[in-house]
Amino acid sequence: MSASTKPRVAVFKMASCDGCQLQILDAEEALLDLAGAINIVNFAEASSYMEPGPYDVTLVEGSISAPEQIEQVKEIREQSKFLIAIGACATSGGIQALRNTQDAGAFVRTIYPTPEYVKTLATSTPIADHVRVDLELTGCPIDRGQLLGALSALLAGAMPRISTSSVCVECKRRGYVCVLVAKGEPCLGPVTRTGCGALCPAFGRGCYGCFGPSQPPNTDALGRRLVDLGLPSKLVADKFRFITGWAPAFREAADAIADGRKDEEVAAP
Amino acid sequence: MTHRSVEVPVIARVEGEGALHLKVKDDQIVDLRLEIYEPPRFFEAFLAGRHFSEVPDIVPRICGICPVAYQMSAVHGLERLFRTQVPEGTRELRRLLYCGEWIESHILHVFLLAAPDFLGYDNAIELAKDEPALVKMALDIKRLGNELMAAIGGREIHPVSPRVGGFSKAPRRKDLAAFLPRLEWALGQMPGIADVVAGLPMPPFDRPAEMVSMVHSDEYPMNEGDLASTGGRAFDAVTFEQVSREVHVEHSNALHSVMADTGTPYFVGPLARINLNADRLPPVARECAARAGLSVPEPDPFFSMAARVAETAVAIEEAIRIIGAYEPPEPQMADVVPQAGRAVWVTEAPRGILYHRYDVNEDGTIREAKIVPPTAQNLRHMEEDLRRFVPGVLDRPDEELTRLCEMVVRNYDPCISCATHFLRLDIERS
Ligand code: SF4
Ligand code: SF4
Repeated sequence: MSASTKPRVAVFKMASCDGCQLQILDAEEALLDLAGAINIVNFAEASSYMEPGPYDVTLVEGSISAPEQIEQVKEIREQSKFLIAIGACATSGGIQALRNTQDAGAFVRTIYPTPEYVKTLATSTPIADHVRVDLELTGCPIDRGQLLGALSALLAGAMPRISTSSVCVECKRRGYVCVLVAKGEPCLGPVTRTGCGALCPAFGRGCYGCFGPSQPPNTDALGRRLVDLGLPSKLVADKFRFITGWAPAFREAADAIADGRKDEEVAAP
Repeated sequence: MTHRSVEVPVIARVEGEGALHLKVKDDQIVDLRLEIYEPPRFFEAFLAGRHFSEVPDIVPRICGICPVAYQMSAVHGLERLFRTQVPEGTRELRRLLYCGEWIESHILHVFLLAAPDFLGYDNAIELAKDEPALVKMALDIKRLGNELMAAIGGREIHPVSPRVGGFSKAPRRKDLAAFLPRLEWALGQMPGIADVVAGLPMPPFDRPAEMVSMVHSDEYPMNEGDLASTGGRAFDAVTFEQVSREVHVEHSNALHSVMADTGTPYFVGPLARINLNADRLPPVARECAARAGLSVPEPDPFFSMAARVAETAVAIEEAIRIIGAYEPPEPQMADVVPQAGRAVWVTEAPRGILYHRYDVNEDGTIREAKIVPPTAQNLRHMEEDLRRFVPGVLDRPDEELTRLCEMVVRNYDPCISCATHFLRLDIERS
């Protein structure tokens, strides 16, 4: 294929740690191979050469957290045939969405001596809250295999399929020892989407939900179980209010735990 | 009077987003500002109220390129406050994990980010067309760093095993031993890489600088040590906030660091470390520094590339040593009992010293956190470099001037997401 007929791929960044872009860069060999099949025309992290749109596939990392990003992402959408939001930041607002339930103004005042120099939105929100998104790849960071799989599917003209089953199912499939049962470790594996290969349990610790909610997420049952482990309800709510805490299922779970605590206080004799 | 305004969209291959505004009148700089666009993510604010055990999962998200640095400054500081005795072997395994990050980060910088600049390519893929063997070798070494990190941490970006108290799971001896042949191979490549760097065309740039790094009595510093400067200062994590002060600059979301007493900028990173720890360089690293033409004292920031190559050798030599003597820590984790008080620590991230402070409540929740990343400490120094460098090259056409300014900034390998992405150069000539 000549350079002009190869699909044109662009990578953009909003508010993020760059980790998901680095996953792309770290897919070195695969990337060099793909470079034969695709034309990466815009990837500031990797190249000073940039081309204007339109793009066939656009990857967007990061959340919307500053006023100018709203316009920017709309322009990117207009220039893009197929838009993929990559990572926890782009799909659920990321860890920086922890500000959403708090007073962002107070955050600015805490950190910056001169708050008026800092332009920020009160919330950090996923790309899909602002423009149409064609595919979401979750994870903090995304999984390279899932990304390459998705790009290959698109090259073959197929819609990529992403599993939404849980880390817990993955754990059982791989025969890992259950950290919740064996160690009493709080683990979000039962309600978190797979993609990482059940990495945390493989490394002897509980999952902290970095791939976001699985389908369907039975968060009520897990929340009760964690409370039964003897964890204070604030800590259980914090488990859900974490890297992907602004994803609706986790947000509701955290609120339910906080509300449950209030109900208990009322119901106590 | 004619105004000319040039928009150069990006300083690419810098992680983070920023712009350089340059206003020139009659060959004099009227205004020079390094702007940071990265929207603030408020880590310090939302750390408040979280349980200490969550900190090693939160702070790496500040920067995807040096997550281990954030984890290391945090776990060491909290353990010292809690008087946690980590299991034997933990110290060495943490150092090994850091070696992986240094290898990965330094090689990424030298070959994927900086070398294309020096050699006039847009990116490493273009460079790879002319120098396939060199780029492939570099990528193999970088992958080695990544895989070492993943073997210990589960994944190289945001590792999962480092905890306050040790590792949730330590690798088996044989899993690490499997890295030895590749590490030996990589070490053998380093002198040749130093020769390549020695041959890169470097613009002359002589400037005095105060450089700051950790120092340690018997090893090249990573996780432990005091602080020293080439200006004769001696301090440590406890006194860090008295010696270094952050100032908020009008045009920026980042805070710049200066010396509290003199108000002057300082410079952290590989070149600072080599200047202050030249006698701790292991043999191959020493040879690489010599072959790349680096002899201390050397304040010229353009020697940062040479310093990264020498430090890559440090990390490989250390990795070989540590793996050779490795026994998995037993038990894997220490019991951690939180205590109220102040936790402070500094470690050497690939880009320089990274300071963390946590004020902790009795129940182990964080009351207040403060994080001073290396790039924030270097920003003022970068700006000053540009101020000194630009007058000598103002006669160059805009395109070349842009490229030269990019190189000055890139010496610091700014990971602007930690402080702060793309650098845009805006030149206004009249
Ligand atoms: S999802 Fe995680 S790894 Fe990806 S950019 Fe956001 S913080 Fe970084
Ligand atoms: S186990 Fe959970 S927290 Fe760990 S990597 Fe997988 S999804 Fe992320």
